[in-house]
Amino acid sequence: MRTVLVLLRKDLRLELRTFETVPAMALFSIAVFVIFHFGFNRATIAGQLAGGVLTVTLLLAALLGINRLFVAEREQGGFDGFLLAPVDRSSLLVAKAAALFTFLVALEVIAVPAFGLLLLGPSLGRPLLGLIAVLALTNVALSVIGTLVSAIAIQTRARDLIGPIVALPLLIPALIATARAAGPLLAAHGSVSPPGKWIAVLALYDAIFALIAYGVFDFLLED
Amino acid sequence: MDGTLAIELRGLTRHFGERTVLRDVSASLPAGATLDVLGRNGAGKSTLLRILATLLRPHEGEALVFGEPLPGRAFAVRGKLGLLAHDPLLYRDLTGRENLRYHAQLHRVGFERVEELLEAVKMDRRADEPVRLLSQGMVQRIAICRAVLHAPELLLLDEPRANLDPAAGVLVEPLIGRAAGCARVLTSHDPGAALAEADLALGLSDGAVAFAGPADGVGAAQLKELYA
Repeated sequence: MRTVLVLLRKDLRLELRTFETVPAMALFSIAVFVIFHFGFNRATIAGQLAGGVLTVTLLLAALLGINRLFVAEREQGGFDGFLLAPVDRSSLLVAKAAALFTFLVALEVIAVPAFGLLLLGPSLGRPLLGLIAVLALTNVALSVIGTLVSAIAIQTRARDLIGPIVALPLLIPALIATARAAGPLLAAHGSVSPPGKWIAVLALYDAIFALIAYGVFDFLLED
Repeated sequence: MDGTLAIELRGLTRHFGERTVLRDVSASLPAGATLDVLGRNGAGKSTLLRILATLLRPHEGEALVFGEPLPGRAFAVRGKLGLLAHDPLLYRDLTGRENLRYHAQLHRVGFERVEELLEAVKMDRRADEPVRLLSQGMVQRIAICRAVLHAPELLLLDEPRANLDPAAGVLVEPLIGRAAGCARVLTSHDPGAALAEADLALGLSDGAVAFAGPADGVGAAQLKELYA
């Protein structure tokens, strides 16, 4: 746990120093909302359509963060520096997933209100707690799968292509569950709590991929 | 030198794709001694150091560090190794002090050791500047601090004095020179100087052993042939 905190603190410090990831993700998501706004040619959206738009936008923005997750490790010798230390290699997985989770939360703090302003018809106030719960579970899926995929992609020359190509199919079930869980929350006079079935699907998906990632991550760091 | 072996290589071979970078390399190094690895660019020197640092796997043969076979028992020797490679292994957007503190935490070393080393290489006043703003010589001095932070028993030094001016060379001598008191494997493009501070020499030519033995036994003719 101590090593995880050391690694996480370093990643957050690097992001605060460079602002390379979160601002790009936030700007990208706002640009996508604007595109949807004009593409739909409607003043507002609600319900399942809103759930889908929010989910897809956050996913696409998350891909930017996933692609950059290990860039400093690869380009500045961070992998070697870490591998030379007598520490548990799984700590890198946990720290990177935690860093990505933090970046996603920061993204959503900007993107969700922007979505409410630019596209969403119903108020965000009433279903906010339910939406936070859905997005928290989605963030876990994006973080775990994103870290795993990023660790694979960074070893390849075509990492910018490999990341999205591998991540998107793996994330489809989690994204379906997110959109279905968020839809009723974003409907006019909609529910205040998300559907239990889709929350359970998301939680199960998170747990399965966390175990898979823990099982295979060490091998990804091997020569 | 206490008779135990810091390194033992038996028929070590390593490929990169179709290319064989190290071919049937055998050598040994007693604890506390210095091995100078010589050879032209691309001879396999850096690859040998990366295998010893547990960063690359041998494809054939055996590599033992302090009696522990690599890569199987790599975790048992990582804390005893210090690697100074071409890449300083420092984050460019962090300061020198932040980088060293990060590595100190990974190696469970106190921050006072960081300050002690920064002072030793006269980088304590520039240690709060991002590494990307420092000259290559300054970066090399901080990289040396990183490599010796945890007082390793085996130092793997790939051209350790690259980018250092004579004054900086004197400053780092107690950290990475013979006075460091640990086993060392070093490569250098100045064979004369490197052999003068080595006990043993290993000449590599296209990944194969050209000569191996006491450093003071390496003649001018062997060097001429190696670098021809």
